Amino acid sequence: MSTLLLAEQILNGLQFGVMLFLMAAGLTLVFGVMGLINLAHGSLYMVGAFAAAAVAGWSGSFLLALVAALSAAAAAGALVEVLVIRRLYARDHLDQVLATFALILIFSEGTRWLFGSFPLFLDIPDALSGPISLPGGIQYPLYRLALIGIGLAVALGLFLLISRTRLGIQIRAGENDREMIAALGVDISRLYTVVFALGAALAGLAGALVGAIQSVQVGMGEPVLILAFVVIVIGGIGSIKGALIGALLVGMTDTLGGVLLPEFFKLFMETSAATSSGSALASMLIYILMALVLFWRPQGLFGGAQ
Amino acid sequence: MSRESLINAGLIGGLLAVPLAALFLDAPFTITLATKVAILALAGVGLNIALGLGGLVSLGHAVFFGIGGYAMGILASHAQSFSPLMEWPLLIEGTKSMPVIWLLAVVASAFVALAIGAISLRTSGVYFIMITLAFGQMFYYFAISWPAYGGEDGLSIYVRNGFPGLNTLAPIQFFAICFVILLAALWFNARLAKSPFGLALNAARQSAVRVETVGLSPFRLRLLAFVISGAITGLAGALFADLNRFVSPTMFSWQLSGEIMVFIILGGVGRLCGPLAGAALFITLEHFLGGLSEFWLIYLGALLLIVVLFARGGIIGLLAGRKVAHG
Amino acid sequence: MAEPVLETRGLCKSFGALKASDGISLDLRAGEIHAIIGPNGAGKSTLIAQICGGLRPDAGSVHLMGRDVTALSTAARAGAGIARTFQISALAMEDTVLQNVLLGALGARGGRPGLFGSALGDKTLRGIAEEALERVGLADHAGTPTTELSHGQRRQLEVAVALTLKPKAFVMDEPMAGLGTSGSERMTRFLDTLRAEAPILLVEHDMDAVFALADRVSVLVYGQIIASGTVADIRSDAAVREAYLGDAE
Repeated sequence: MSTLLLAEQILNGLQFGVMLFLMAAGLTLVFGVMGLINLAHGSLYMVGAFAAAAVAGWSGSFLLALVAALSAAAAAGALVEVLVIRRLYARDHLDQVLATFALILIFSEGTRWLFGSFPLFLDIPDALSGPISLPGGIQYPLYRLALIGIGLAVALGLFLLISRTRLGIQIRAGENDREMIAALGVDISRLYTVVFALGAALAGLAGALVGAIQSVQVGMGEPVLILAFVVIVIGGIGSIKGALIGALLVGMTDTLGGVLLPEFFKLFMETSAATSSGSALASMLIYILMALVLFWRPQGLFGGAQ
Repeated sequence: MSRESLINAGLIGGLLAVPLAALFLDAPFTITLATKVAILALAGVGLNIALGLGGLVSLGHAVFFGIGGYAMGILASHAQSFSPLMEWPLLIEGTKSMPVIWLLAVVASAFVALAIGAISLRTSGVYFIMITLAFGQMFYYFAISWPAYGGEDGLSIYVRNGFPGLNTLAPIQFFAICFVILLAALWFNARLAKSPFGLALNAARQSAVRVETVGLSPFRLRLLAFVISGAITGLAGALFADLNRFVSPTMFSWQLSGEIMVFIILGGVGRLCGPLAGAALFITLEHFLGGLSEFWLIYLGALLLIVVLFARGGIIGLLAGRKVAHG
Repeated sequence: MAEPVLETRGLCKSFGALKASDGISLDLRAGEIHAIIGPNGAGKSTLIAQICGGLRPDAGSVHLMGRDVTALSTAARAGAGIARTFQISALAMEDTVLQNVLLGALGARGGRPGLFGSALGDKTLRGIAEEALERVGLADHAGTPTTELSHGQRRQLEVAVALTLKPKAFVMDEPMAGLGTSGSERMTRFLDTLRAEAPILLVEHDMDAVFALADRVSVLVYGQIIASGTVADIRSDAAVREAYLGDAE
């Protein structure tokens, strides 16, 4: 395989990784601060994608579509938090799993009812369409490069938010000691709603951004949700840094494994068998990575002792 | 007899009465629905051993359901194409015999449960939930991308597999097989709950430290429970595949893992017949609401939300009242 | 001198900058009650966790009957003969009192608990369990759900579970807590007889009980044993009076 192709795949892996980070960051924040496992996080990803597709179709503006995705997902997140989620903080994980599973059913079928079963399409904005030449002669889609840039910018913003702002102090306090934030005079229920909506907005943003390179359809969120879980297990629950490293590892492993494993198998197998065994093994690769990390460090790479 | 035992007897009697009535009314589809209830309840009984007794919130039990399904699909497809499964180092032929298929389904799912359990039980809480969910997805994608047995399209089996002395093509006879297996699993579950192992597992759910302090390993107790649980759900998968004469990667899907768990919560967590009550309600809703609206899952979602938030005992909890300490 | 039943050699455990155990060496000999006293935060819980297996020491070792058990899990140490009772009860709260002691008997029997048969119907297990309840005075509560027990009764149940293990050494974390005056006196009389069965490492705040029971007392302050000796020695030790008893009385 040529170096150029490999470089392109590395960029693809990076792009996939930063989008996974947007999902995983929200999940891990919500878990770290509120101790909640939220299966419906994938639904918020879907809400963002659908809102973007609908607004882009109506207005023709991609920027407006992104704003719509962020606000729709944040609003849906805040609404769900107030109506359902806040009743679950004191419950055990089983109740959290089942209630948020119920939310998936409601979100998915509600979206199908509103938009129908056929996928929608969200076009890449003209300004970002087409390839761009990178140093070394790599031709790479500009939009995907923009995704990497946006993802890294959001990651940086999130680190600054958590390390530098008042909200960040409250979040960190909430992760360590719930009684302390009450003592600081913070309105906890408001903080929880804000954190949940923030996580939802990140998921919605990811949904809209990825929606332009894949189709926008019901059920698109859950496979990404499960990958985000793998990211969190690898990175360690509650750690934004862990989420970033985990997301990049998973993104790279999945993308490069899908390309390199069939090539590797071709060294000692005939082509069609190599392709099928290679891609079958590649589909399992990130889970094998997860299992290895668990064996070595059950609390994840950046997780504290449980 | 306690109120819960009466309800259990009513549920089991009902599951038997409906297909018998359907037989006389010549409504074979109703028999098929009842068979589906029995099989899904069996999958739920499997999960309930891990979840109800062991407190292990496994969101990946579709793995075992799928392994059982593919055990049937693989053996039967080789039998129907008269091509051996493997010729070297020893000749293994496909089979259309249910008992052999069941044996493979149980053994294979037990082994997979041992592997998944050995890794995921090193963790607990949300980690365990996320890891079991992730392993489920791994099998799902593997089944899709492995072309030998149908890949994404799945495998069709033309004729239902056989059981010595019975005509499995007659819906009522196949129902009888599934019903008897469900009863056996319920009986086993009840015995297990009372056994020394059940006592220790149940204690490990409440306080792992307590169990360690008396010299028992919570990890080993849970691993064995997980293996037993996976084996029973695997058997249900083999039966489910035979009911539909079809297996596909959707048997591995996370939705199915969620649904098996939903049976338990609808019926009542930690109740012997909870999975049966839940599966019966689920299939009834699917049948009637599904006929009324294409979007019936919204109503199921709403119902589930109400049960989780406001009626945590599920159906059996509502009917039998608060759970009393057993023993 | 006979080999000690239980012994720690130079146990060290730090949490960040805090030295919770700073070279703790102590022993427990056959037939004795060895009390560990010390102010809150002295590192008593950390010490117990290292002896019983919840925490791995940074340095040092734990020996039971001369055998190094430092690398063993909590379960394996229990199997080897260390029976622990908890300050904050670690019981199966949804189960009945009898089920909790049965669990102890089951663990003591060793091997994997059977998948068949009935735990409640096993005559041997039940005999051991009921005898233990009888001895701590909970026989009338066998069928009571553990949640309905008072704090003092839960402490008695903890001791009953430890009895079923037929251990080589008891490690008890504040068995008197929450017992009230009469309960405390009864527990004191009971522990007094128990030491003949197996020696007791007793962590206790109730000074009346400590002074009534202990053959030896060690005083733990800031992760170090500052004094060790008979009750009379400790009462008259100037350092102890200053560091601990002075504050307490």
